[in-house]
Amino acid sequence: MTTETYVVAYEGDDDSTKVLDYAMASASKAGAKLYLVHILEWSPYSFLTPTEIEERTMRRKEELARAKSVIIDPALAKVTAAGLEAEGVIKYGSVVELVAETASTVGASMIFVGRSGSNSISSRVFGSVPLGLAQIAPVPTVIVP
Amino acid sequence: MSFKPAFLAVPGLALFASAAQASIDETINTAVGAATGPFVSFIFSPFPGTSFPWIVMWLVIAATIFTLYFGFIQFRAFPHSIALVAGKYSDPNDAGEVSHFQALATALSGTVGLGNIAGVAVAVSIGGPGATFWMILAGLMGMASKFTECTLGVKYRNEYANGTVSGGPMYYLSKGLTAQGKGGLGKVLAILFSIFCVLGALGGGNMFQANQAHAQITNIVGDYPGWITGIVFAAIVFAVIVGGLQSIAQVTEKIVPLMAVIYCGAALIIILMNIDKLGWAFGQIFSGAFTGLGIAGGLVGALIQGFKRAAFSNEAGVGSAAIAHSAVKTKEPITEGFVSLLEPFIDTVVICTMTALVIVITGVMTIDPDTGLYVWDEAAGRIATVDNASGVALTSAAFGSTISWFPYVLAIAVILFAFSTMISWSYYGLKAWTYMFGEGKSKELTFKVIFCIFVVIGAAMNLGPVIDFSDAAIFAMALVNIFGLYFLMPIVKAELTSYQSRLKSGEIKKFA
Repeated sequence: MTTETYVVAYEGDDDSTKVLDYAMASASKAGAKLYLVHILEWSPYSFLTPTEIEERTMRRKEELARAKSVIIDPALAKVTAAGLEAEGVIKYGSVVELVAETASTVGASMIFVGRSGSNSISSRVFGSVPLGLAQIAPVPTVIVP
Repeated sequence: MSFKPAFLAVPGLALFASAAQASIDETINTAVGAATGPFVSFIFSPFPGTSFPWIVMWLVIAATIFTLYFGFIQFRAFPHSIALVAGKYSDPNDAGEVSHFQALATALSGTVGLGNIAGVAVAVSIGGPGATFWMILAGLMGMASKFTECTLGVKYRNEYANGTVSGGPMYYLSKGLTAQGKGGLGKVLAILFSIFCVLGALGGGNMFQANQAHAQITNIVGDYPGWITGIVFAAIVFAVIVGGLQSIAQVTEKIVPLMAVIYCGAALIIILMNIDKLGWAFGQIFSGAFTGLGIAGGLVGALIQGFKRAAFSNEAGVGSAAIAHSAVKTKEPITEGFVSLLEPFIDTVVICTMTALVIVITGVMTIDPDTGLYVWDEAAGRIATVDNASGVALTSAAFGSTISWFPYVLAIAVILFAFSTMISWSYYGLKAWTYMFGEGKSKELTFKVIFCIFVVIGAAMNLGPVIDFSDAAIFAMALVNIFGLYFLMPIVKAELTSYQSRLKSGEIKKFA
């Protein structure tokens, strides 16, 4: 029997802890492995000043290093400490698109996402991550309240 | 000097301003006018026995040579350029790096600005509607110049260990020519370019912007001394470039594209409202291009004005864009060349043409009803206009004649365009400055403070000396840059050939 993979959209805030805990509980029951995805919101069509352009590569390195050390690594440590298998990835782009895309590429059987931010005005106007995933996720998606 | 009631609300400031105004403005005018005079006359000296400035010919010949040498690359590569900007060839693993779109947008926000609004008005009012034709032609040809310089900008940029990059003509002139065994020449050209770039940053990238922003504000609120605008502008620029308040710059960078869209939208509406006159306007543009329509300068006058304004607006051949484009994330320098060739197209062929059409269509330039020809205002040295307006005021009058409230929007647009152009040019100037004097906090601060002082000087001066000096400084950059490009263009050709064959073979593939 092949091991199932669960993708977890992991932001690193308090809500994400709940998502991760829930996903870990589900994974240990099913014997699944976790694949944590942390997305740094980024649009290639945003506008930058000349100084920001010059420093972009440097900033990107810093952002990736920070996301790895502060967000993904501690989460991975927590999952493996619980005796589960886990991998993590940090990507730039749109959260909804990349989480759905990652679920497809790693052949995940389920996505776990928090409900965080769903009540903000902007999420009501532009849609939130869980709502977006509900529309385009390639596999069943669990929204953890 | 009259003040409108709004200004009497601050009587202290108004009184102080009124008393000091004449002396400060005149002093600055005389001093800067005298200091820049010889430089301006050298750059714009005509061929003996003609009124054709040699520097304009220099740009035209260069753009023509690049166009022919690269086999009309601006037309052949146009669809591929759009695909690159749309990210179709961008590796998803490079997400988070500077995209082609971002490099183009930032370079554009440095070029789209007052040249498109005020510069076109100057060209059309001096050279007649025919100047528009030559401006469009110069824009199309300039695409090849931009392609050449921006490819080199990326190819010879400096990449530092911490991930930052510095590029531009000073780097490709010195490194590129050294590779060809002409290191001495390369270093001389690089230094000369840097000197002119600093002057251009202070002139066209700064004083002209401050001056026209002030003109637009007085157009709305009434006359008041320029140095007041200058100090306010200088304080904001200081906060951004010295205080590191990138948030102000970010806001501007985000609003500027919106303003450009609003501006083009309004121009389109005016053109559509006068659609019956569109054929006539194009007729004026075409016949004016070859006959001069009886305007004093005739064909040559129209051509000079058109080419000058196009160059000042899209900066093709000047080398400034190569500085802005050099930070893009790409393994192929030529791709940034492709992307950059869209810049003169958007800037000159689209936006400048819209301004010119609006000015011609709305009839703000006086036509003699008997002869059907434009009335020449001998004293002003241009076509007589409604309310004797020139520069940005003429464009404003043209838009205002159809959309009465648009001058207010235009005023905001002009101020924002001026500001974003200043921020871009402060960066170009700084790069040239640090190339000459080395990097370091105090050296950078020196340039930034000088830059802010020039904001005040620019706002306080009359249009004449400012526009002359800014033109001269920008064209002087082109003088050195293009000279170097002639040596370096075979390198671009080699890049182009290699890229095209790999694109054809499928080695360079689409990601989206």
